[in-house]
Amino acid sequence: MKLVIDALGKRCPLPVIMLAKLAAGQEPGTEIAVLADDPAAAVDIPAWCRMKGHTFVSTEGDRHTVRL
Amino acid sequence: MCGPPGLGWPCPGRDTVARVGVYLDSATAAPPNPVARQAFLAAIEDGWADPGRLYTPARRARRLLDAARETAAGVLGVRPDELRFTAGGTDAIRRAVAGVRRSRGRRLVVHSAVEHSAVIKAAGDDAVPVPVSRTGVVDLESLRAAVFSPEVALAAVQSANHEVGTVQPVAAAAQLCAEAGVPLLVDAAQSIGRTPLPTGWSLLTGSARKWGGPAGVGLLAVRKGTRWESPWDDAEADVPAVVAAAASLRAVAEAAQEESVRQRALVEEIRRTVAASVPDVEVVGEPDERLPHIVTFSCLYVDGEVLLTALDRAGFAVSSGSACTSDTLLPSHVLAAMGVLTHGNVRVSLHSGVSAEDVRAFLAVLPGVVAEARAEAGL
Repeated sequence: MKLVIDALGKRCPLPVIMLAKLAAGQEPGTEIAVLADDPAAAVDIPAWCRMKGHTFVSTEGDRHTVRL
Repeated sequence: MCGPPGLGWPCPGRDTVARVGVYLDSATAAPPNPVARQAFLAAIEDGWADPGRLYTPARRARRLLDAARETAAGVLGVRPDELRFTAGGTDAIRRAVAGVRRSRGRRLVVHSAVEHSAVIKAAGDDAVPVPVSRTGVVDLESLRAAVFSPEVALAAVQSANHEVGTVQPVAAAAQLCAEAGVPLLVDAAQSIGRTPLPTGWSLLTGSARKWGGPAGVGLLAVRKGTRWESPWDDAEADVPAVVAAAASLRAVAEAAQEESVRQRALVEEIRRTVAASVPDVEVVGEPDERLPHIVTFSCLYVDGEVLLTALDRAGFAVSSGSACTSDTLLPSHVLAAMGVLTHGNVRVSLHSGVSAEDVRAFLAVLPGVVAEARAEAGL
């Protein structure tokens, strides 16, 4: 299953907070794409993955994909 | 109680403006050293004349300036004629970069990606940033690859990082630069007066307000034999401020060994306690090869500005590399280059006026402040 969060125009930490809230109820292996154009998101989403033990998949433009 | 006289009424009174609190931002500006204050007051009596003139009051000012240069040179381990005072740390860096570019007729500056923004701004577009590790250590292989390019004017590697405290391998970097025939600029702003200085550099810069001297005084040391020429005329020396800076430097350097042991233990306690008492926190920077006074951590799901403001309200002045606390709204280039969390960032930096009790009081309030900020965000 693939989930998408639209955090365009939102400043960090909001995109990461939205990601954490959505991730809370999901099965391991779920992919979530976060659309975020705040420059901090490109650093903070991979850092969140590392801190929480999830897998950071890729950043393509404003689309940051993680796997739980 | 009234503030400084002569500024008109109402002037800020200490009891209304300066609340009693714990100042934990010495990496930006250390509180004035008492020696600096005494030296400044004495030098403003004796050293107000233009040291470039030939009459008696001018010679007095000149002698004070020379004594200040000798004192500072002695602390840095350089010859007095290798040292000049500048109008602050940023000015020293700009002079270092522009002077080498001018003398060598090349533009390109190779610098670690975590240099102070003053270095990055001075380098401008003609720059090659060198990546760093997750803990902020410059990658020597990448540095080697970059400095051997024929267009390089200068390499810049800081003595230690100003945001996360990581000490850089300057001796190894200097070796590489020597092999490549490229001068090395070391921004030693966070190390001068605190730790022994690295060797092997061609140019070294510092900032007096980091060691309890006045703002607006910097140092630029240029080793003999370095291809550097003054890029523009020196500013008129502010003799009392320079004297205060040099006197303060000597005082802090004399106490540095003892102070650094004390501060290192407190920083270690902060690193350990924060990691244990605050959930979802990342303590960043090198765990061992680090400055004695700086410790930095990032808290998930918290806005750095909210954290900074809440801590200020609780009586603790700290700094943050989070985007929301910067003028540009961009995250700290240091944290970004390291690939560590940029939001919820707090930098604590100690000085001789911070006691163990102060640190423990900070550690006691921090978990509650973070929890409250997270609760506001609905987590």
